[in-house]
Amino acid sequence: MNERTQKEPLFHVVKRDAVSRKMEWAIRAVAIISALILCSVIIAMFTGDNPVEIYRSIFLGAFGSERKTWITLQNISVLLIISLALTPAFKMQFWNIGGEGQVLIGGLASAACMICLGEKLPNGMVILFMIITSVAAGAVWALIPAVLKARWNTNETLSTLMMNYIAMQLVAYYIIVWEVPKGSGKIGIINQNTAIGWLPNVGNKYLLPIIVAAVVTAFIYIYQKYTKHGFEIAVVGESRNTALYAGIKVEQVIVRTMLLSGAICGLAGLILVGGINHTITTTIVDSQGFTGVMVSWLAKFNPIAMIATSFLIVFMDRGASEISTAFGLNQSFADILTGILLFFIIGCEFFIRYKVSFRTGKERH
Amino acid sequence: MKNLKKLLALAMAAAMVVSMTACAAGGKGAEGGSAGAAGDTAAEAPAADNGGGDSADAGKAASSDLKVGFIFLHDENSTYDLNFINAAKEACEAAGVEYVLKTGIPEGQECYDAACELADAGCGIVFADSFGHEDYMIEAAKEYPNIQFCHATGTKAHTEGLSNYHNAFATIFQGRYLAGVAAGMKLNEMIDSGKITADQAKMGYVGAYTYAEVISGYSSFYLGAKSVCPSVTMEVTFTGSWYDETAEKEGANTLIQDGCVLISQHADSMGAPTACETAGVPDISYNGSTESACPNTFIVSSRINWVPYFKYIIDAVEKGETIPADWTGDLSTGSVELTSLGSAAAEGTDEAIEKAKADLEAGTIHVFDTKTFTVEGKELTSYEADVDTDADYTPDHEVIVNGYFDESGADFRSAPFFNVQVDGITLLDTAY
Repeated sequence: MNERTQKEPLFHVVKRDAVSRKMEWAIRAVAIISALILCSVIIAMFTGDNPVEIYRSIFLGAFGSERKTWITLQNISVLLIISLALTPAFKMQFWNIGGEGQVLIGGLASAACMICLGEKLPNGMVILFMIITSVAAGAVWALIPAVLKARWNTNETLSTLMMNYIAMQLVAYYIIVWEVPKGSGKIGIINQNTAIGWLPNVGNKYLLPIIVAAVVTAFIYIYQKYTKHGFEIAVVGESRNTALYAGIKVEQVIVRTMLLSGAICGLAGLILVGGINHTITTTIVDSQGFTGVMVSWLAKFNPIAMIATSFLIVFMDRGASEISTAFGLNQSFADILTGILLFFIIGCEFFIRYKVSFRTGKERH
Repeated sequence: MKNLKKLLALAMAAAMVVSMTACAAGGKGAEGGSAGAAGDTAAEAPAADNGGGDSADAGKAASSDLKVGFIFLHDENSTYDLNFINAAKEACEAAGVEYVLKTGIPEGQECYDAACELADAGCGIVFADSFGHEDYMIEAAKEYPNIQFCHATGTKAHTEGLSNYHNAFATIFQGRYLAGVAAGMKLNEMIDSGKITADQAKMGYVGAYTYAEVISGYSSFYLGAKSVCPSVTMEVTFTGSWYDETAEKEGANTLIQDGCVLISQHADSMGAPTACETAGVPDISYNGSTESACPNTFIVSSRINWVPYFKYIIDAVEKGETIPADWTGDLSTGSVELTSLGSAAAEGTDEAIEKAKADLEAGTIHVFDTKTFTVEGKELTSYEADVDTDADYTPDHEVIVNGYFDESGADFRSAPFFNVQVDGITLLDTAY
């Protein structure tokens, strides 16, 4: 021990040079494996259950039967559509955290059509109106903060967030208008006996959202990568000044992109209400408007990678409820495991960009 | 809520990682800290573990191949669901059948999915505990005609025409009436001791929604109190949620400030009872005793005991008998119960309750006897209630039979449909 080594910190963080693809994935793999090991230790320590059994149970929860597999795929699709909707806005550095409200208001529009037009128009017309109104409602919900931002440069994080609560209160209001029976605060399945306004089954009742998700994924991928619009979004996201200098109408890009973002959210609302639940509640979106933010970021706005990230989150969520049933563990325990996994995955991005060099001592002598 | 949970989980994970790296670096202090935290959590873990162990044991000890699946809206942290969860375990263990508990199932397509998953897993009976599960249980029942789907608090089984879909409830209005008797006795004690005048005998009631089940509950509670304390009046406030601790606490405080000298509730959190304990106002709770948290103000609590129903449906399925569309438990089936009295109960309450209970069972008194209350100043001689649920709330059945409102009557349905506004009860807000 000499004076010099004592002054030197134990380790210091150094920015990495460009990392190869291989190295990136190696770091990610190490992160996931260490997360699983840590989870195992925690499972064994706190519950005494066999970690391997728990992991098996998580897997069975997502893929244990044909129905479970379909439900898992359906849930992935919904989360994926919402995440895809948010992505162009994020890429433009426009912080749209109003996905929750945009989906919800789209769902409300669908429910309104099902209830109010159900007995007046033929089924096909009702569905057509549902598609138009829910997509339009989602778009309008996104348009308001976009215009505020484009015109007066207001903080979109706040305005999109606020719009969520307005949508939620509107839904709460209409639930009381439409509740059955009176006073129950529930709408129940809309048109349960006539199935008017229910989106048609394609093959089976789980397939439609999956097809829609596939189409939307392909669309966003092409839109971002190969169109002029996509290029403009990327430029605005990189630097507003560059965009201005290049002659891009920034305001127009913001408004146009948010309209698209909101419209796809509205579509997700249509699927949730018309295709899956056939009812509307204030919690029907189940925070996926926020989870979508994480899905999108984890995938670095790449639509194809988002299939993997939304899969991961839905897989853990489905597995979580299975272990709470199979092992009598509280749902919160499963949330802890998911939290650990996400922490490692998000944390490993740090190690992709930076490296930690420990004090070696040798260099100094 | 869910976000908060995720955030907490994330924060906990972060704390653990930090403490682990600290340990790796050789920090003794950090090691001690993390061991302490681990100890705390470990102390709680065995309780959760036993739950799982029990369910696995029940599987091995099964005396028949029947398996029962249960769907609950929340987990055991909600008093409402805990009441069902305990009953489910007790009934299945007594009958020696295997059971699966699914907690935290929302009132949406998730309920249909859960019901179908339970059916796929070989359950012969699938039960759901929350009102909003009903439509999704019906969807599942249509798909699995050979499996019995049973649902508490629902209203549609008698009109749906499905032989494998059933509703169940209990005459909890009788339990509330008896709890009301205890309340009336307490008010009489306050009047006799000069603490309040007869005119000041005003009770407060924290309700969830302006739904028939709640209206039936507070009206029967009021009539029970009125049967022993004729000058009683009551104010009711609604929270717009079945579980909202803050709103229920606020509601109770508003009522107390308004001059209510006794509080009761029909919502599932500890909000109202704890507000009463703080303010020193006597309280009648619901779903189970709150004596341990509120030792000075707890009088009594009514609850539905679901064990008799669960035993009944298990037995029926094992013997291949049909389960009726509507099953209504009552005092005689052991479905309606009062807890033992708390220290705040007035003297003679036990006897008064026993007497009223005997009279109810004998049929010599009826909770909604039309001679005991008025509506807009007049006796109610005829009333059509919305028994067959429809979107327009169309009244469809005459429910005044033999001089009383036949709540949950055998000719109608098990779920309450009493929605008459009895004189003497003031609703402070009806937004929900």
